[in-house]
Amino acid sequence: MLELENLSIEVGGKQILTNINLSVESGYTNVLFGPNGAGKSALLMSIMGFSGYKITNGKIYFKGEDITDLPLNERAERGLGIMGQRPPNMVGVKLKDLLEITAEECIDLDELVEELNMSSFLERDINVGFSGGEIKRSELLQLAAQAPSFYLLDEPESGVDLVNISQIGMMINKLLHGDIKCAGRRRKEGNSGLVITHTGQILDYIEADKGYILCNGQIMCSGNPRDLLNEIKTKGYQECVTCKIRQS
Amino acid sequence: MQDQTELRRKALKALEKKAAYGDDFELKNYQVTSEHMSNYDSLEEIDDETKQTLLNVGVIPSGKERSGTLIMTDNSISHSSLSEDSVELTSTRKARDKYKWFDDYFWKLVPVDKDKYTAKSYLENADGYFIRAPANTKTSMPVQTCLMLGSKNISQTVHNIVIVEENAQLDIITGCATKKGVEKAIHLGISEMYIKKGATLNFTMIHNWSEQIDVRPRTVVHVEEGGTFINNYISLKPVKSIQTYPTVKLEGKGAFARLNTVAVAHPGSELDLGSKVLFNSPETKAELISRTITTGGKVIARGEMIGNAINSKGHLECHGLVLNDEGVQRAIPILEANVQDIELSHEAAVGKIAKEQVEYLMARGLTEEQAVGMIIRGFLDVGIKGLPPELEADINDTIKKIGESSI
Repeated sequence: MLELENLSIEVGGKQILTNINLSVESGYTNVLFGPNGAGKSALLMSIMGFSGYKITNGKIYFKGEDITDLPLNERAERGLGIMGQRPPNMVGVKLKDLLEITAEECIDLDELVEELNMSSFLERDINVGFSGGEIKRSELLQLAAQAPSFYLLDEPESGVDLVNISQIGMMINKLLHGDIKCAGRRRKEGNSGLVITHTGQILDYIEADKGYILCNGQIMCSGNPRDLLNEIKTKGYQECVTCKIRQS
Repeated sequence: MQDQTELRRKALKALEKKAAYGDDFELKNYQVTSEHMSNYDSLEEIDDETKQTLLNVGVIPSGKERSGTLIMTDNSISHSSLSEDSVELTSTRKARDKYKWFDDYFWKLVPVDKDKYTAKSYLENADGYFIRAPANTKTSMPVQTCLMLGSKNISQTVHNIVIVEENAQLDIITGCATKKGVEKAIHLGISEMYIKKGATLNFTMIHNWSEQIDVRPRTVVHVEEGGTFINNYISLKPVKSIQTYPTVKLEGKGAFARLNTVAVAHPGSELDLGSKVLFNSPETKAELISRTITTGGKVIARGEMIGNAINSKGHLECHGLVLNDEGVQRAIPILEANVQDIELSHEAAVGKIAKEQVEYLMARGLTEEQAVGMIIRGFLDVGIKGLPPELEADINDTIKKIGESSI
C-alpha cells in the first residue's frame, strides 16, 4: 500500500531523515515510535507532500505508484489523509464550509458531527481558539469526512484529556477497522494507517500490526508493536541507539 | 442660521486647495452637465443593463425588500420612492426647501474649505440623498441609494445627509456604480451623518466604478450618547483611485462605532482608504477593521484612533494580502491617547497568503485554486448581511478570479 524507499529528508537545509525504508501493507496499521525530535512528524508530513520537507533522496510509492513528486491534493485524491499535530489557524474558513467541499458522498456528515460532538464548532473558523482536544476532534472529523484509505495520524492522543482520548481512540479504531461505507474506495481488508505515538496510549484502542522505532532520523528496528513498546518503557530510547550500534 | 456668505467665501478661497492625500485633479477639465437625462418615474422603467449595474452594487432594481430607493445619475436625482412611511427619503435640495432647521445639519460636520473637492461640492450646490429616521422608529428593510456616473468626463458632486433621530434604527445600502461606456469621470461625495441618542445606523456601501474613475468622498459621522454606527465599505472591482478618510466623532457617553473595510486593488488601482475615530466622550468604543488585497494595485490602509476621553476602548486591525509582486500594501495605523485612562490597540499585518494554510486545505483534497479561493473568501468575510444573492454571486465570482490570478 505505502512504501518508502531509501527516503532522505531535509528541513531548512538540515538533514532530518536518512535512508528510511518502511512499508505498510494493505489493511495494516503500523506504528511509529520515537523520542521527541526524532523526525516522526517530518516523515508523515513528507508522505503527505507538504513543502518545507525536501526529499533529497529516495521514493514514496502509494498503491504501487510513485507519488514522490505529486502535489498534496493529488495524494489526497489517491486516498492519503493526514491528522496533523499543529494545524494552522484558518481565519475566515469555517469548518462547515470545508466539510461541505471535502466530504465524500457516502458519508453521513450529521452522524459524524454528532459522534465527535462537534456541532457547536461548525460555524467556527477552523482551529481558531480550539483547545488541544478540540483540534484533534476537528481533525478527525475532517479526516473521517474525507474518507481516505490510508490514515497518517500524528500523535492522536497528545494534549487530549482522558474523556476525549477514548472518544478519539474509538473513532480512529472505527475508521481503520470498522464498517466500510464507501465501496470501491477501499479494499476488502479495511483501511491502512501509519500512526505516530510517543506514549503508546493509542494502542489501547487500535489493533496495530507492526511497529518501527525512529531515532536520530533513522529507523532503528521494527517488530511487534507491543513488544517494542515494552522495551521502550523499560529501557528507554537510548537502548535503541546502543542496540543499533551493536548490530552494525 | 448659518452664514452662507461666509461659507461661500471660504469655498471660493479653497477652490485650488489640494487634498492632504491622493493624486490631485484639475476639476475644470471635467463637465458638470449630463449628456442625456435619466429619469425614472417608476423603477420598472429602468433598462436591463442598468438593472444589472444596480444589482452588482447591492441595489435591488424592483425596490422589493427595501423601504425606499433613490437613484442619482451624474448630478441629478433620477428616481426617489418610498414603500414604507417610517422613514423619510428625499433629495438634499428638496429637504433644504422643506425644513427650516435644515441648515443645522448642512456643512456642519465636513468643512467646506477642507480641500478643492468640498469647495467644489459646495459651490455646485451638490444634490444627493437626504434620509431621516424619526425618533423611536425602526425600518424593517434597508433604504437603498445608488450614485451612478452616466456621462463621459463628468464630475459628479454629491451631498448626502443622514439623520437618525433618538432611539431610531436605520439600515442603508448605497451602491456606487458607473454606466457602461463611461470611461473617465470623477466622483466627489460629501456625507454628513448624525446618529442621535440611543440610535443605530447600519451603513453599507458597495463600489463598482470602472478603470478610469477617480473617487474622492468626504464623510464625517457624529454619534451621540449610546448611539451605534456600523459601516461596511466594500470595493472589490477596478477603479482608478479612491482616496477617502471618513471620520467618526463619538460625542456621547457609550457611543460605539465599527468600520469594516473590504477592498481589492487591481492592477492600475490606487486605494487610499482610511478611517478615523475620535473618542470625545467617556466609555466610547470603536473597532476599525480593514481587510485588503492587492492583485497589482496599491493599497494604503490608514487607521486612526484619537482618545480624548476616559474609559474609552478602541481596536484597530489592518490586514493586507499581497497576491502579486507588482502590488503594494501600506498599512498606517495611528493611535493617540490624550488621557491616562484609555485603551487603544492595533494589529497590522501585510504579506502573502500563508503557504501552510493553502497546503492544509490541499491535504484535504482541494486544488491550489480552490484552497486560495477559500482563504480569500474567508479573509474578506466580515459578516456583512442583507446583500442580494446576485451581489453575493458577483462577489464570489470576483474572489474566484482573484484566486485564479494569484496562482
